Amino acid sequence: MNGPGAGDVLARCRAEQRAALVGYLPVGYPDVPTSIRAMETLVEAGCDIVEIGIPYSDPLMDGPVIQRAAAAALAGGSRVADVFTAARAVRAAGAPPLVMTYWNLVLRMGEDLFADRLADAGGAGLITPDLIPDEASAWIAASDRTGLDRVFLVAPSSTPERLVRVTAACRGFVYAASTMGVTGARSQVGPDVEDLVRRVRAVTDLPVCVGLGVSSGEQAAQVARVADGVIVGSALVSCLLDVEPEQGLAALRALTEELADGVRSR
Amino acid sequence: MTDDRAEKEEQRVGRFGAFGGRYVPEALIPALEELDEARRKAALDPAFLAELEHLQRTYIGRPSIITEVPRFAEHCGGARVILKREDLNHTGSHKINNVIGQALLTRRMGKSRIIAETGAGQHGVAAATAAALFGLECTVYMGRVDTERQALNVARMRMLGAQVVPVEHGSATLKDAINEALRDWVTNVRTTHYLLGTVAGPHPFPEMVRDFHKVIGEEARAQVLDLTGALPSAVIACVGGGSNAMGIFHRFIPDAEVRLIGVEAGGAGIESGRHAARFASASPGVLQGAMSYLMQDEDGQTTQSHSISAGLDYPSVGPEHAFLRDSGRAEYRYATDEQAMRAFELLCRTEGIIPAIESAHALSGAMEVGPEVGPDGILLVSLSGRGDKDMETAADYFGLLDDVAEDGEQ
Repeated sequence: MNGPGAGDVLARCRAEQRAALVGYLPVGYPDVPTSIRAMETLVEAGCDIVEIGIPYSDPLMDGPVIQRAAAAALAGGSRVADVFTAARAVRAAGAPPLVMTYWNLVLRMGEDLFADRLADAGGAGLITPDLIPDEASAWIAASDRTGLDRVFLVAPSSTPERLVRVTAACRGFVYAASTMGVTGARSQVGPDVEDLVRRVRAVTDLPVCVGLGVSSGEQAAQVARVADGVIVGSALVSCLLDVEPEQGLAALRALTEELADGVRSR
Repeated sequence: MTDDRAEKEEQRVGRFGAFGGRYVPEALIPALEELDEARRKAALDPAFLAELEHLQRTYIGRPSIITEVPRFAEHCGGARVILKREDLNHTGSHKINNVIGQALLTRRMGKSRIIAETGAGQHGVAAATAAALFGLECTVYMGRVDTERQALNVARMRMLGAQVVPVEHGSATLKDAINEALRDWVTNVRTTHYLLGTVAGPHPFPEMVRDFHKVIGEEARAQVLDLTGALPSAVIACVGGGSNAMGIFHRFIPDAEVRLIGVEAGGAGIESGRHAARFASASPGVLQGAMSYLMQDEDGQTTQSHSISAGLDYPSVGPEHAFLRDSGRAEYRYATDEQAMRAFELLCRTEGIIPAIESAHALSGAMEVGPEVGPDGILLVSLSGRGDKDMETAADYFGLLDDVAEDGEQ
């Protein structure tokens, strides 16, 4: 890894008395070059950390928007190794790239090789939606060796014991799922958020970023009042669905700016 | 995987050697732990066991009989062939064993809704049946392709009061139905139990589902001993996810002289790439919560399986089968669509029993294994389901209704 990690950026945002904006896009949608331009657009428009998704055949934590983008990316020939190209570009644009991936894709390459290639590409670490710390011994070793962040998820259903166990294994930040369910924009951010963030803070000093359901500047501001970072995915991906690339990138820039204002206006 | 890592994982809860585990979103962990605790307590609770036994006897129709099939056996090198008749259970397959058990657990956990995935429709029908019996709300996810292959089962589920949701994305088969069920579960886990229908998925499902089916092998072992005075030379079952196979194998695992043989779906043949013979072609990987053998490309993306039988059309396999295979205790072979349909027809014509096409794969296995064990051998075959649901597929395959269709067009 060359350059700041997610934790460094979150600390800087905290010093600026604001929350960080974490934006998710899948590599390869609508094609690899456009997806990389879209990630660069996120950074230019005020996104602090970019979460790069690797399209997967069986995305069981994703709702319809990300499912569609992932399926189209795979049909278009997107490969796992494209994520390293994207990570380089995001790092060059000035933000830490965190890779969001279902576990089998890492397992297939091998935890060590994946970690080496990601670190070499300037990647900051991994967010692992279907890997719990209990199953992660090889990844924990590989990330310790390479210094990569490892972000595990907690959910409103997490018991106090699980919160301790999961947050103890995290490095960079803790990903708090705002609501029970899959990814996708929601008209309201779940009422469980504040309670969950409080419960996480009770067991760890790590920053807490909240994801699932945020789609507008107003919601981002609402979440920014309690969390260190606001994670937005489906709403950003939606900008790129069913439109010409230039039009999609313009919409993406506008939404990112709105969200970036949101995280500063808590 | 290095030996030392495999060794460490062997000692972990929910692992079968290097296989199994819990590769799921953290949000589901509390529900999996609740379920694990509920099933462990239930297994020690005389009241639970008595109710399960009562329902097995008075509702499912257990014990299921065994039937010796000498005319079919003439095509198996002269070995004696004995069928374990899970097709005679209420709802027509072994699936009801697990469903009744999990429905009882659902009630114990105070949940009011079950969801299920289904491929052939057997598990969906069984789940809808249990939901009706216990007054639970029920949603069944079924791939669009399968709803077409098994339209009658869709009607049966709806008749029983279940909501059937066709799943359009991915390959629109069993795997995609499971993804959709998992999405529902992670959203509604507080009120909903995911009544998974096979020995796959995250711990404790592979163990729990096997335990609700192990009655098949326990009964069959005693029945075969009673009939023949000996243990069978081989126990043969079809393997999709692998629940009927684990159910009939389990009691025989300590009987080292009994061969355990799983028959996967060879589809259009291994070389065609259109099959579901995981052990013939796949490598270890994670899908839908468990580490097992998985049909995947070099990136780790799941590749599409194929079988004429919806119930075997799954790109992974229960983790305990992966363990039994790697440890050498069980052997796995495959039957192509064509071989399975030949066995299907043969059992109909020689014995007057119409098997499920899934089970016909096991029968095809018996036709191959028979000559290996010789005339003194005894083959115990799991007839996991009946074939009524497959009549449309069979009619197409054998052209049974060609004249009728022509008449209709005139």
